[in-house]
Amino acid sequence: MEPATTRHLRPDEIAQIGAICDAVGNDPHRMLDILLSVQDECRWIAPDAMQLIADRTGLSRIAVEGVASFYAFLSQTPKGRVTIRLCDDIIDRFAGMPQVVAAFETALGIKVGETTPDGAISLDYTACIGMCDQAPAAMVNDVVLTKLTPDRGAEIVAALQAGQRPEDLISDHFANLTPHDRATRQVENNIRHAGAVLLGPGSDRAGLENALTMTPDQIIGQIEASGLRGCGGAGFPTGRKWRIAANAEADRRIIICNADEGEPGTFKDRVLLTERPHLLIEGMTIAARAVGAREGILYLRGEYVYLRALIEETLEDRRNRGLLGQGIQGQDGFDFDIRLQMGAGAYICGEEGALISSCEGLPGEPKTRPPFPAVQGYLGLPTVVNNVETFCNAARVLDQGAQWFFDMGTEQSHGTKLFSVSGDCLNPGIYELPYGLSVRDLLVMAGAEDAAAVAVGGASGTMIARDQFDRRFGFDDLSTGGAVVVFNGQRNILEIVEYYMSFFVHESCGYCTPCRVGNVFLQKAIGKFRQGLANPEDIDYLKDLSGTIIETSRCGLGTTSPNPILSTLENFPLVYAAMVKPSQDRIRASFDIQSAIDSARHLAKRRSTIFDEDFSK
Amino acid sequence: MTGFSFTIDGVAVTAEDGETIMEAADAAGIYIPRLCDHEGLRHQGSCRVCTVKAGGRSVSACTQPAQAGQVVENETPHITKLRRDLVEMLFHEGNHLCPICEASGNCELQAMAYRLDMTAPTKFPYLEPCRPLDASHPDIALDTNRCITCGRCIRASQEIDGKGVFGYVGRGIHRRVAVNGADLADTDAAITDFAISKDVCPVGCIIRKGIGFATPIGEREFDSGLIGHKIEEKKRD
Repeated sequence: MEPATTRHLRPDEIAQIGAICDAVGNDPHRMLDILLSVQDECRWIAPDAMQLIADRTGLSRIAVEGVASFYAFLSQTPKGRVTIRLCDDIIDRFAGMPQVVAAFETALGIKVGETTPDGAISLDYTACIGMCDQAPAAMVNDVVLTKLTPDRGAEIVAALQAGQRPEDLISDHFANLTPHDRATRQVENNIRHAGAVLLGPGSDRAGLENALTMTPDQIIGQIEASGLRGCGGAGFPTGRKWRIAANAEADRRIIICNADEGEPGTFKDRVLLTERPHLLIEGMTIAARAVGAREGILYLRGEYVYLRALIEETLEDRRNRGLLGQGIQGQDGFDFDIRLQMGAGAYICGEEGALISSCEGLPGEPKTRPPFPAVQGYLGLPTVVNNVETFCNAARVLDQGAQWFFDMGTEQSHGTKLFSVSGDCLNPGIYELPYGLSVRDLLVMAGAEDAAAVAVGGASGTMIARDQFDRRFGFDDLSTGGAVVVFNGQRNILEIVEYYMSFFVHESCGYCTPCRVGNVFLQKAIGKFRQGLANPEDIDYLKDLSGTIIETSRCGLGTTSPNPILSTLENFPLVYAAMVKPSQDRIRASFDIQSAIDSARHLAKRRSTIFDEDFSK
Repeated sequence: MTGFSFTIDGVAVTAEDGETIMEAADAAGIYIPRLCDHEGLRHQGSCRVCTVKAGGRSVSACTQPAQAGQVVENETPHITKLRRDLVEMLFHEGNHLCPICEASGNCELQAMAYRLDMTAPTKFPYLEPCRPLDASHPDIALDTNRCITCGRCIRASQEIDGKGVFGYVGRGIHRRVAVNGADLADTDAAITDFAISKDVCPVGCIIRKGIGFATPIGEREFDSGLIGHKIEEKKRD
């Protein structure tokens, strides 16, 4: 039999792939949609499939391969009809994922990374899927399963092997459920505190109605006056971004919603997408009105594919109600529509340039700046990229007024913030609270009084210790995209740091040298600390290498990836000091002479006269 | 076009609107080290060896537009150290065994190491890749273990040859240059391509068969001077 990787396409597969390309007009900018569909239908992206897609879209095969090999959810080897993706986040590990993994491996008779011999089921790890408040979690094709146990793992395998479909694991009458019910049966919202702006009661059309009474300039003025800043983490003033795009010379402008929430420990956008989808689309529509855009893209991370039907339903509903499409609210010339773009497993696509590349059908690589996206973004057009929470806030600002929003929060951070709290606490979930809140206040609310370390902002944020729990959330002090990951005193700080570094190694796009290579070196160095093989000078090495990566990396991934190391070196110095040993005899502890000479032993077919004491025997 | 001036390490340099810091520096005879950038090809900004401080911020000189009045730092001890770290990273990422490499003496990576004083033993671990050699093509061989993923061959083939023989595949540390087909013989690469010429690959990854060691060691490009000396000579003229 021909090996699978050189097998030629069957006629029905050729027809199928052709139809997939036709469905998007053979448009190379829709490459990610094409490849995701081919992956779904054929379970892999075969070499012949890449050639066929290249021919259809007018690209070279290597260009298609560049995209296919970039995204974690696309595979260049055949996968099973069902792919189980186990969430490999540190919170999932601490919540018992290793036992769940063992149960899956035993029940399936394969290891993670393998496919059952009958080609039915593949088992893989995947990076944080945004379910930290209900870990351990997994995706089974497009279905999400949370709070897994070893027993549940065995049940799932038995059900799948008995011919059940992934959605049958959620409900016997899944197809009859509304998209919202399907989403909430899979994933809990865990809204622990609803604030005044986003999760409390409020209209999801008043903002747009008010916006329609204003000029675009007045809308932007309102957003500027509200003090609203980007909620994804970087905090760029939203009004300024909109104004730059509005003023840029162009006859087409684009609004993109960044729903590629990938920071480990962040899941607030998931809850907004589930509970406030209309508010989000309203915010995008207001932005379109403000900057003069007719086209929008909602980029939804591949891990949230279970929300696709809900978003599509929301868009269709708004089109039917005259809130989206041609002549919105009866206003002649106000045309705006949104297409949903699915991601395919790449944290880097949360970076706005990478997200635009991905929307263009390219590998998710950040773009060279300048030009900035507000001037030249998607297909070179002025593009506003905002986070889900930012658009929702914008809609509420237009509803309740700029002053109302401005009066909440602190001097530099106005309004409320959604905090995604997970880890060692009694009440993990979403807390909407005004900026300026202290870490301690939030920990009390979440039932995390024995917290010893908190990762504020997730993997790329800051790891703080008890003596800093009086610090306050906001751009004035502890800026965050909203992740608050709690660790108690039993957790191994270096294990957490090593996980975060392995995450960045996995998620670096590889474009620039320092991020591609430097993070691998950091990960290896932390490994040495964990094994007790580090020297005192390795602490300086970590700081020095981190500095180079931060100063020379091309985008935010590389300029923040050393943060777990730098913030723990500063706030938990004893953790490192306890693991270092001065080297003896000027030989590094990490140098193992026995393994170093082993290949020489094999080549020479004898033992060492110096290093093998029993040589003479 | 309007001209303006800015400074590099205190030296006044003139630039035209839209010029990058590196383009203006080259014209003024100031060398900013670079590996992924190549005259005539689209600027990529990936190796980061051309990192400079512009107004205190780190930027890649090959992509950053020059600005009037801007204060650019180029050859400070700190920046040279950053660049040396980057060059060491590239050495450690691949297998760069200068004494047995045909490119030795013509190799920009090696020459950059000399220029940046990479003389002490390095502190990074070796990643020791083990990628198969592609010798399928009658005239060309490809040893990607020596590749520094600068992508100059990719751009040269696309932009100059109009072919697209090469491209990037993979992500992160697995990102590498690959060919548009099962192997190089399966592509339309030709020994006459600009992408294959000795100007394009800065290291010993793209090998032209049958002409190895035609120029003896001692008479090679960087035997006569440090990398960048040709640009710096312009200043003296």
